[in-house]
Amino acid sequence: MALSGLEIYKLLPKTNCKDCGFPTCLAFAMQIAAKKVELSKCPHVSEQAQVALESASRPPIRLVTIGTDEQKLEIGNETVMFRHEETFYHPTGLAVLLEDTLAEAAFDEQLTQINKLKFERVGQQININLIALKCSSNQENTFTDKVKQALNQSQFPLILMSDNPQLLKSAAILAKDKRPLLYTANKDNWQLFAELAKELSLPLAVKAENLDELADLAQKISQAGVEDLVLDSGTKPLAEKLNDLTQIRRLALKKAYRLFGFPTLAMTSSGDSYQEITEAAVYIAKYAGIVVIKGVSPWEVLPLLTLRQNIYTDPQKPLQVEPKVYEIGQVNEQSPVLVTTNFSLSYYTVEAEVEASRIPAYIISSYAEGLSVLTAWAAEKFTAETITKTLNECGIKEKVKHQEVIIPGYVAVLSGKLEEDSGWKVRVGPKEASGIPAFLRSLKQNIKGD
Amino acid sequence: MSVELLKEKWSNTINSLTIGATKEQGGSRTSIITAGGESTLPYLFSEGEMPHRPVIAMEIFDVEPTDWPPVLKEPFKDVLNNPVEWAKKCVNKYQAQSLCLKLQGAHPDFGNLSADQAAATVKSVLGAVGVPLIILGCGNDEKDAAILPKCCEVAKGENCLFGDATEKNYKTLTAACLADGHNIIAESPIDINIAKQVNILISDMGFDLNKIAINPTIGALGYGMEYAYSIMERARLAALSGDKMLAMPFICFVGQEAWRAKEAKGPQAEHPQWGPEAERGPVWEATTAVSMLVAGADILVMRHPQAVAIVRGTIEKLMEK
Repeated sequence: MALSGLEIYKLLPKTNCKDCGFPTCLAFAMQIAAKKVELSKCPHVSEQAQVALESASRPPIRLVTIGTDEQKLEIGNETVMFRHEETFYHPTGLAVLLEDTLAEAAFDEQLTQINKLKFERVGQQININLIALKCSSNQENTFTDKVKQALNQSQFPLILMSDNPQLLKSAAILAKDKRPLLYTANKDNWQLFAELAKELSLPLAVKAENLDELADLAQKISQAGVEDLVLDSGTKPLAEKLNDLTQIRRLALKKAYRLFGFPTLAMTSSGDSYQEITEAAVYIAKYAGIVVIKGVSPWEVLPLLTLRQNIYTDPQKPLQVEPKVYEIGQVNEQSPVLVTTNFSLSYYTVEAEVEASRIPAYIISSYAEGLSVLTAWAAEKFTAETITKTLNECGIKEKVKHQEVIIPGYVAVLSGKLEEDSGWKVRVGPKEASGIPAFLRSLKQNIKGD
Repeated sequence: MSVELLKEKWSNTINSLTIGATKEQGGSRTSIITAGGESTLPYLFSEGEMPHRPVIAMEIFDVEPTDWPPVLKEPFKDVLNNPVEWAKKCVNKYQAQSLCLKLQGAHPDFGNLSADQAAATVKSVLGAVGVPLIILGCGNDEKDAAILPKCCEVAKGENCLFGDATEKNYKTLTAACLADGHNIIAESPIDINIAKQVNILISDMGFDLNKIAINPTIGALGYGMEYAYSIMERARLAALSGDKMLAMPFICFVGQEAWRAKEAKGPQAEHPQWGPEAERGPVWEATTAVSMLVAGADILVMRHPQAVAIVRGTIEKLMEK
């Protein structure tokens, strides 16, 4: 946790020598607290003070990286308890459990299925992040073979799961360049796990049945020299787990409690696949760094990935698309022109429906500070004036021969003024984007009929 | 090692709102429900109480809904045009603990039914089932002003929850609920200040704060759900910290929103990568509902029986101590 100016002042020589360029040590301390200068500007600072300041400037929750390159997952380094206070920065990693006891063909099929768990939503790719490969066979060779197969057939980084660090060792060595997460050190096996994690420089998950034991274990393993930890407080009733995740986050942020200054992992325990989804949903909303699920069907995974996307959207910056003319399909100079705001949810919803209609069209996203149609209208960011300005400046006049624009049904009230201001003919589209395909089809027929 | 936990202490509790009245209480309900009453953030039982578990009300229409996708119609296909049978099916077959009757048929675009017709539906649904009722207008201000007072009147004594009152249109409904002893839903467009304002306006008319529920107007999962999620968290934090004008239970219209999402209703034939809509639709509704629960929802208005069953199970687990 960051130190205040006065706390920093106490660590300085207090000589007011001005070598740092500031008139007094206190003034210098205030500038450090405001992150405007570096401590190194003081040539006389003690080593002790340096260490203290450095540790104070560390983030309260460590950023832990699993995997490498494009597929790497970064979790932790969060700063708030509620997204409205700022934002949540590092989206929960969604891991899918896979056991090494599966026969080769079934294992293969699962991997194929897992690889498909990628979707496109509002212009972003959303996908699962990790495969949690569990050594259920208790056979080192079986496990190593399956790890090899997973490394060959999938891009997703791995969580290597076993309570027995010796069984994991050769698999960990095999996968170490891909930076897997080792799971999991407990009160009985932690020494060997800590050695392994340290030797291979890999992140290590730590599991205990309650928060006291978890802190104890985190301390021992940190002291053994492992820096990248992931905390798991074990399987327990849903509300208790929610309580644990909340306490870990709260103590790390509000009390700078170092032993909980790591991202968390929650494994679903529901046998029922529907309950597994809602259980995972609770963990995603409430602070889990990684959630491990068993379900691999798209209808199980898509809602969770969507929830994660929602929760981790920056509330201060609604997702926006670039305000401009978008061409959907093989457009020509007679293609219809639709206008919406530059809020990405509005834009992509319209885009998806225009695509579904298979009628080529132009969509203009009119700049409205990233607000949705009705909100932007109410805030006077999506008005006859702003749309007229957009029509004049976006270049659509060079692309089409007609002058007819389709506006969202919810802002039908704008039509008169917009026709007057822009000189374009205004057609009122449907209120809901889902009505666009039918609307465009009937429009096409009308035009043919004209 | 003993970890010293950091527990929040709150100075205020959320109001408890009761829907329904039994014979002894002057109504004819065989069961009643109470929502709210929390003295903690959702499900953090070491910091306070949640004396009442969240309530699920199943939504029914007075006229056959026009825009419900096949997956949603399927469980009700034999009763969609008969609100009485629909109500009975929800209660008898799907164990609904409460119903939300939407008087859609009063809307000029959906039948333009009269106040007498709407009131007759309310009366017959009240007669057919014993669970408490939530009753909604059609969403057209003019028509709602015409039908809702009449519906309040025929339901007098039943202690229903009526909606929605908005900042611009609250007087008629507030007066009617006040006269006939009902609860009221105060709606605000994802805005904490307006939420507070509507509550103040309603209470200025002499309305009991304990009889108001907040409708924060949620969005579906993937369609702006996070806006309502954060508004609810903010409002709940303010309420627990002492703001009595925000200390009302939340009612969330989960079914209505979730089933507008393409991911809920889009057929597999059009979206092969998403899997079967028969699974996907109810799960979309259930996930939307659980997200709202985590943010503090007290009453969930839901549509698909399977989604209702899933969320009921999750509430069970969340309340397990």
